[in-house]
Amino acid sequence: MSVKLLLEHDGKEGIRNYETWALNGGYRAVEKALKMAPEEVVEEVKKSGLRGRGGAGFPTGMKWSFLAKPEGVPRHLVCNADESEPGTFKDRYLMEFLPHLFIEGMIISSYALGSNTSYIYIRGEYAWIPDILEQAIAEAKAHGWLGKNIMGTGFDCEIYVHRGAGAYICGEETALIESLEGKRGNPRIKPPFPAVQGVWMRPTVVNNVESIAAVVPIINLGGEAYSKIGVGRSTGTKLISACGNINKPGVYEIDMTISVEEFIYSDEYCGGIAKGKQLKACIPGGSSVPILPANLLLKTAKGEQRMMNYESLSDGGFQTGSMMGSGGFIVLDEDQCVVRHTLSLAHFYMHESCGQCSPCREGTGWMYRILKNLEYGKGKMADIDLLWDVQRRIEGNTICPLGDAAAWPVAAAIRHFRDEFEWHVLNPDESQHRNFGLAHYADDLVTA
Amino acid sequence: MSIQFSEEKLAKVQEIIARYPEGKQKSALIPVLHLAQESFEGWLDVPVMDYVAGLLSLKPIEVYEVATFYTMFNMKPVGKYVLEICVTGPCMLCGSDEIVEHVKTKLGINVGETTADGLFTLKPTECLGACGYAPMMQLGKHYKEHLTKEKVDALLDELRTTAMS
Ligand SMILES: Cc1cc2nc3c(=O)[nH]c(=O)nc-3n(C[C@H](O)[C@H](O)[C@H](O)COP(=O)(O)O)c2cc1C
Ligand code: SF4
Ligand code: FES
Repeated sequence: MSVKLLLEHDGKEGIRNYETWALNGGYRAVEKALKMAPEEVVEEVKKSGLRGRGGAGFPTGMKWSFLAKPEGVPRHLVCNADESEPGTFKDRYLMEFLPHLFIEGMIISSYALGSNTSYIYIRGEYAWIPDILEQAIAEAKAHGWLGKNIMGTGFDCEIYVHRGAGAYICGEETALIESLEGKRGNPRIKPPFPAVQGVWMRPTVVNNVESIAAVVPIINLGGEAYSKIGVGRSTGTKLISACGNINKPGVYEIDMTISVEEFIYSDEYCGGIAKGKQLKACIPGGSSVPILPANLLLKTAKGEQRMMNYESLSDGGFQTGSMMGSGGFIVLDEDQCVVRHTLSLAHFYMHESCGQCSPCREGTGWMYRILKNLEYGKGKMADIDLLWDVQRRIEGNTICPLGDAAAWPVAAAIRHFRDEFEWHVLNPDESQHRNFGLAHYADDLVTA
Repeated sequence: MSIQFSEEKLAKVQEIIARYPEGKQKSALIPVLHLAQESFEGWLDVPVMDYVAGLLSLKPIEVYEVATFYTMFNMKPVGKYVLEICVTGPCMLCGSDEIVEHVKTKLGINVGETTADGLFTLKPTECLGACGYAPMMQLGKHYKEHLTKEKVDALLDELRTTAMS
C-alpha cells in the first residue's frame, strides 16, 4: 500500500467543509507552523527535499531562501494554478476536492515568506473553482486562520483568487506576474528574477499548487521524515494525472518508488491499456517532455526497469529518456499515430506562443505546417530533416522555455519514431486511412 | 443596450480593485473583463472595453491589448451557448475529432461559426485540464466530460428546450 500524504482524506463525505477537514486533522499544520519562527518553517521545507511540482523540479526550500527582503518593501506569494500543460489536471483535483489542504499550505507558505497578501492565479477556464476556494478562505478566516494578527502571532494575511482568461503562457512565472498586473502574458527577460523583482516589482515567490499543498504534510511530519519517503532526490509523494488510452484515467498519488510498468498495468493505478490494446508510446510528464516508445519507457537504455521518479524518468537524457515534468502522463495505444499526435501538440504550441521572440513565433508555425503536410500525405523526406532543423533552431534561443517546450516533443518524435514519419512520406495514400501501428516500438531493445 | 454595470456589479468591481495595492487597479482588469463579458451578451464590443477602461482609469488601448491576448475573451458576437470542445493531444487520443465532426453535422456549422438561430457557437479549444475525462467541452462556467455522440445529442436538445422556455 502506498503512502498517501495529499490524497489521504480524498473522497470523504463533506471533506470540502471546514468542520470535516478540521475533524480529520485539518489546520494542525498551520497551528504548528505559527508556533515556529518563519525561518524554521523554511528550514523544514529545505530539509524535506521537496522539488517544485510545476514542472521544473526546482527545490522549493532553496527558492524560498532566495527571496529578497528589502526593508519596507512588501513581498508576495503567488500560487501558480494556471495548469494548462496538456495532460496535466492534478492541481484542479486538489483545489476542487481538497480546498482546505491547499489553503492550509497557502497560509503556512505565506507565513514562512512573510507575505501579507498572497494570490492564487487560477486559469480562467476553471470557472467554478474560485467559488470553492473563496468559500474555504472565508471559513479559514472565520476560524481565525486568516486576517489580522492570526492567532496572536502579529502576522496578518489575506489570500485572493485571481482568474486568468485562457493563455497557456501565463503558467510561465514571469508571464503570470505580468498577467496578474493586468497586462498581456508576455514573459519577462530574466534577471531580474521574481525573487528580487516580481509582481509590482516586489520580491515574489511563485509556486505550483501541489508544491504548496505538500508543505502541509512536511510540517505535520517534519522535513526530515518527509525526505525519507520516496527515493534519492525524489522525496515525498507526487501526483500523477494519467490520461490517454488507459483503463482508469485519473489523478494518482505515488511515492516514487514504483515502476512505470506497475503504474500503467496495476489496478491500483491506470489498470492497463484500454480495450485490451498494446502500449505504443507515452509522454510521461506533460506534453512538453519527450515522448518515449514503449520499450524505452518501461526500461532504460541500460536495460534497467524505469521507475516513476525524477532521476529514473530522465535516465539517458533526451537521447533515451524523458522527464517527470508536471506529472501529466499521456498514454498512446497501438492504434495511435505519433505524427498526428505531434501535429496536435504543434498546433497547441503555435497557438500559445506569445509571439515575442521570432524563433518561437515563426518556428512553431513552421513546425505545424511541415507536420501537417507530413500527416496529410503531402510531405517529402527532406521535410523530416527540415523539421528537425527548425526545432533545433528554436531550442535555447528564446526568452522563455515555451520555445524549448515546443521543440522537445517534435525532436523526440523524430528521434524515436523516424520510420513512422518516413512511412507517411512513402505511403501518402495508405497513411490517410491506416496507421503505422505498433511496429517495433514495444520490442525488447538489445542491450550491449 | 446601455453599457452600465448594475449597482451590485459596481460594488463587485470595487471589491476586486481592493484586492490589489493602492494604485495598482490595473490588476483588476482581467477579472473585470470577465464580469463585463458575462454582463454584456457574452462578448467584448469596443464600447464595453471603453467602459471598463473608464472604470479602472486606464487608457482604452490598455484594455484592447489585453482583451485580444486572452482566448476566453470573445471579440465578436457569439451564440447563447458556446460549445468549446477540447481538441488537444490527450483528448484527440480519446476521440475528440469525432465529437467535433458530430457537432458540425448536427448543427450544420463549421468551426468558429454560430447557428442561424443564434443559439450555438462551435469553438474548438486547447487543453482545458480535463484530459483524464476526455472527450470533453466547456459550456459556460462548467465542463461536460466523458462525451459521446449520444450525450452531445441529449445536451443539445436540453439546451434548445431551456432556450425556448
Ligand atoms: C510555458 C510554461 C508554462 C508553465 N505552466 C505552468 C503551470 O501551468 N503551472 C505551474 O505550476 N508551473 C508552470 N510552469 C512553470 C513555472 O514557470 C514555474 O516554474 C513554477 O510555477 C514554479 O513552481 P514550483 O517551483 O512550485 O514548481 C510553466 C512554465 C512554462 C515555461
Ligand atoms: S519563447 Fe515563445 S512564448 Fe516564450 S517569450 Fe518567446 S515567443 Fe513568447
Ligand atoms: S487535452 Fe483536452 S482537456 Fe487536456
